[in-house]
Amino acid sequence: MSTRPARALPSGPIRQHRGRGVAVVGTDIDTDRIIPARFLKCVTFDDLARGAFADDRTELGGAHPFDRSVHQEASVLVVNSNFGCGSSREHAPQALMRWGIRALIGESYAEIFFGNCLAMGIPCLSAEPATVRALQEAIAADPGAELLLDLEALEVELESEFVGANRWPVHLDPGPHQMLVSGQWDATSQLVAHDAELTATATALPYLNGFR
Amino acid sequence: MSAGTLYDKVWDLHRVADLPGGSTQLFIGLHLIHEVTSPQAFAALRDLGLTVRHPERTVATVDHIVPTTSQARPFADPLAEEMLATLEANCSAHGITLHGLGSGRQGIVHVIAPELGLTQPGMTVACGDSHTSTHGAFGAIAFGIGTSQVRDVLSSQSLAMGKLKVRRIWVDGRLQRGVFAKDLVLHIIRTLGVKGGVGYAYEFAGPAIEALSMEERMTLCNMAIEGGARCGYVNPDATTFAYLQGRPHAPSGEAWERAVAWWSHLASGPDAVFDHEVRFDAAAIAPTITWGITPGQGIGVDETVPTLEQTAPEERPLAQEAYRYMDLQPGSPIAGTPVDVCFIGSCTNGRLSDLQAAAAVAKGRQVAAGIKAFVVPGSEQVAAAAEAEGLDAVFTAAGFEWREPGCSMCLAMNPDRLEGRQVSASSSNRNFKGRQGSASGRTLLMSPAMVAAAAITGCVTDVRELLAA
Repeated sequence: MSTRPARALPSGPIRQHRGRGVAVVGTDIDTDRIIPARFLKCVTFDDLARGAFADDRTELGGAHPFDRSVHQEASVLVVNSNFGCGSSREHAPQALMRWGIRALIGESYAEIFFGNCLAMGIPCLSAEPATVRALQEAIAADPGAELLLDLEALEVELESEFVGANRWPVHLDPGPHQMLVSGQWDATSQLVAHDAELTATATALPYLNGFR
Repeated sequence: MSAGTLYDKVWDLHRVADLPGGSTQLFIGLHLIHEVTSPQAFAALRDLGLTVRHPERTVATVDHIVPTTSQARPFADPLAEEMLATLEANCSAHGITLHGLGSGRQGIVHVIAPELGLTQPGMTVACGDSHTSTHGAFGAIAFGIGTSQVRDVLSSQSLAMGKLKVRRIWVDGRLQRGVFAKDLVLHIIRTLGVKGGVGYAYEFAGPAIEALSMEERMTLCNMAIEGGARCGYVNPDATTFAYLQGRPHAPSGEAWERAVAWWSHLASGPDAVFDHEVRFDAAAIAPTITWGITPGQGIGVDETVPTLEQTAPEERPLAQEAYRYMDLQPGSPIAGTPVDVCFIGSCTNGRLSDLQAAAAVAKGRQVAAGIKAFVVPGSEQVAAAAEAEGLDAVFTAAGFEWREPGCSMCLAMNPDRLEGRQVSASSSNRNFKGRQGSASGRTLLMSPAMVAAAAITGCVTDVRELLAA
């Protein structure tokens, strides 16, 4: 049913991304809606794309943005506020990533969802409500429009033959920003490298040392 | 910036290193794992050639996928069986203790860690589950993480974290009879909103909080995440210490005295500085219930479903979506709303005192005709304690089913689920669309006593009326 292009998973520095947008409108869209719990019955993430917004898509009978043919090549998800609230399940951003999403632009995100995306190399950029509205309208008017995300300059640029070009600022906190553009968003190697410091911290913790 | 708070003290004690970009490497004192969010983390560990850094600080149980009727192996659901088998193999390969089915210690991860004395004041606690905030009841800094972070904690016993701000939620007065910690936290979320806590740790304090039992404090902190706060906590006090004393993993002998002294000094001091403070009056809170599709859409049981005019402009689209989904009329009373299924259990309200409160309502009464009502204890220990005082008999005599421990219909990853557009009166924590296993199922969140009252009458009922009778 899907004609979505195969797309490499994130790796290395994430400095820019170019792709079409898809807008999922609504506030407080929770992770149960992004992927219903029955899809969590798995021991790998490989097959999660089919769970992305599964119940919402069924309810809308093909009219959900993730089902519309014009959005099958999209890789930038545009959302409203508190996106990804609720469960900590990484299955939610994994489902979006495996569907094809490589970056999000939205008014705001739930914290655990944001952190899960960061650990996967998926930037969650925040933008003013007016910017989000303008992007949603542009995507609706021209689903083929390209979005150019410049993570170094923290800007998003719209390129469209039909609705014209435009450019808006986006926001990313300094820590996640540096982790993404430097390619250090996968924290494991840094954490493992500080083993001597970890031992020192553990040695000083009373509850690991008989409360002495 | 907060200073002198428990959050700050615990944060400083657990700092390992500063990371590029300004985040902090934080030592994790207790890592809890379960079958849903750990298999991919163990697989990643194998791919990276890494091992578990502190298997003795890692504790596993199985809760989300277990059936609550027959727990015989293999499970009827092959996917559920594969998940448990994978957890067993991973724990065995890495030397991690697994509190499995029939061990006497199995249960919902946020129920068993406190009852085993694993959760203690001053710890950092992480688990691949957002309701890890529960453990903040002990004065621990406890938060949910995703699977990539589970991999990080397994491999390094630490996490890359940004520091949160601290909001003190001060609650004066005392909760009325028939009003519980669940009502308090639903009231707080209703007031501050589901995103009000983003960027904050919530410190719950004041006379009403100090009067809460440990189980009530767990209910409160459990739902901090539903208010957007990744962690919530209560300062440790005599109630905390009394709960911990004598539990299997709690310190004993001379170490106990030293532990109490250390725990006591962790509490936020009188000179603590908070980034933000709000106050509530416990006595003004009624039994509270959600009417909509987020935990913030709550009202007192004596109130009416808010109209659009009574709703803030930015919340109106969500309110309209909720009216449609729930099929409730704005302006109509919530009391009297018919229900189909009544669920008592979950990491929010599946502990002994929750079952006692529900049993007090159910005792000598009968579940209304056509209502499916069931009780799922939070753990094997909760089940045993409840059975020892005859609560199972009270429930079954009243027409409730008495089940085996697990997460059950809170998120319906096991066979317990709503069907079609059924309405559930539920003591769990989330009323999201589709949460309880049916894409069109509807959830009304409330206290266990209120769920019992709904089971008896067949509709949303102010439990205070039944308690007075």
